[in-house]
Amino acid sequence: MSAKEGSGHDWPLWEVFVRSKGGLNHRHVGSVHAPDSELALRHARDTYTRRLEGVSLWVVPSAAITASDPAQAGELFEPAEDKVYRHPTFYDIPDVVKHI
Amino acid sequence: MPSLPVIETDQVRHAGNAPDGGAFDAPALASADPPLFDYYCRLGDDALILGQRLSEWCGHAPVLEVDLSLANIALDLIGQATHFLSLAGDADRLAFHRDVLDWKNSWLVEQPNGDFARTMARQFLFSTWQHMLYQRLTASSDAGIAAVAAKAVKEVAYHRELAADWVVRLGDGTDESAKRMADGLTWCWRFVPELFEADEVVETLAGRGIAVDPRAFEAEYRADIARVLGEAKLAVPADTRPILGGRRGHHGEHLGHLLAVMQHIPRTYPDAKW
Repeated sequence: MSAKEGSGHDWPLWEVFVRSKGGLNHRHVGSVHAPDSELALRHARDTYTRRLEGVSLWVVPSAAITASDPAQAGELFEPAEDKVYRHPTFYDIPDVVKHI
Repeated sequence: MPSLPVIETDQVRHAGNAPDGGAFDAPALASADPPLFDYYCRLGDDALILGQRLSEWCGHAPVLEVDLSLANIALDLIGQATHFLSLAGDADRLAFHRDVLDWKNSWLVEQPNGDFARTMARQFLFSTWQHMLYQRLTASSDAGIAAVAAKAVKEVAYHRELAADWVVRLGDGTDESAKRMADGLTWCWRFVPELFEADEVVETLAGRGIAVDPRAFEAEYRADIARVLGEAKLAVPADTRPILGGRRGHHGEHLGHLLAVMQHIPRTYPDAKW
């Protein structure tokens, strides 16, 4: 495989999730190309955890992700903008309540 | 204004320091414990030369992710070399001011990269050996060697796994990839016996509990290689006349070119500071 042929464009894309330390959630950090899941893990390790960023890795085929349509962002997300009462900070805490 | 010494004076002074009559900026290789010095250099030189070779892929690998993998391995190896050569003496002097005949690396690590398959074949054959060696060197009676081996053995385990993954994928891939991997293995195979040579240096130091006689794990090595090649649906290459001598400073024509690239800046500007 030279640099010109087999450039990896035919490799599927994988989304990479890193757990930065025990007890925390895996967080999405980016993506890698790889021919299969094992090599995707290796590529993820070499690309995203070289500076001690993680203790655990997940890779997921990008094709397995169903994403919301950006064109629908208005109807999906804007209605929440003026519903401040959905945040707990909207409510005044009565003085008699000690622990909350 | 102070006058500079005439250049001949400088040459005479430095030439007197070159123990082998070689280049006059060559580091002094005299040591209170010559076999141990030699062994530090063998370990360090293997790591440094392969690290330098792998660095040549930087920006040229088949895909970005592989570029990073190769650079990571190179950096691990250069780190190991820094530790081993620091045990021997001034690591920078030894790395950047030593002539080709004083290098003690094996032939395998100085081989040109070839295509990606050959690079991975070389990495698989070398890292498997280095991993078995470091595992045993963690018990070395030399505290320095034991400490470096203990830290590096995990790095090398990963190099070995990554290279084995690629050997299997290319070997058990397309007709083209299988052919390239078989060619790469055949190219490298004649340099494997040298890794298992035990000369006086190794025997003396093994007797002192410092070095490991590699013959002790040759059968295990061959079995491991055969197992992975079986998984890759590749034949173990036929044994041919082995190429030996790297440990005694006999090298192929490729090493000089590698050193020229690696050393020309520090040797042109010996007192330059970053």
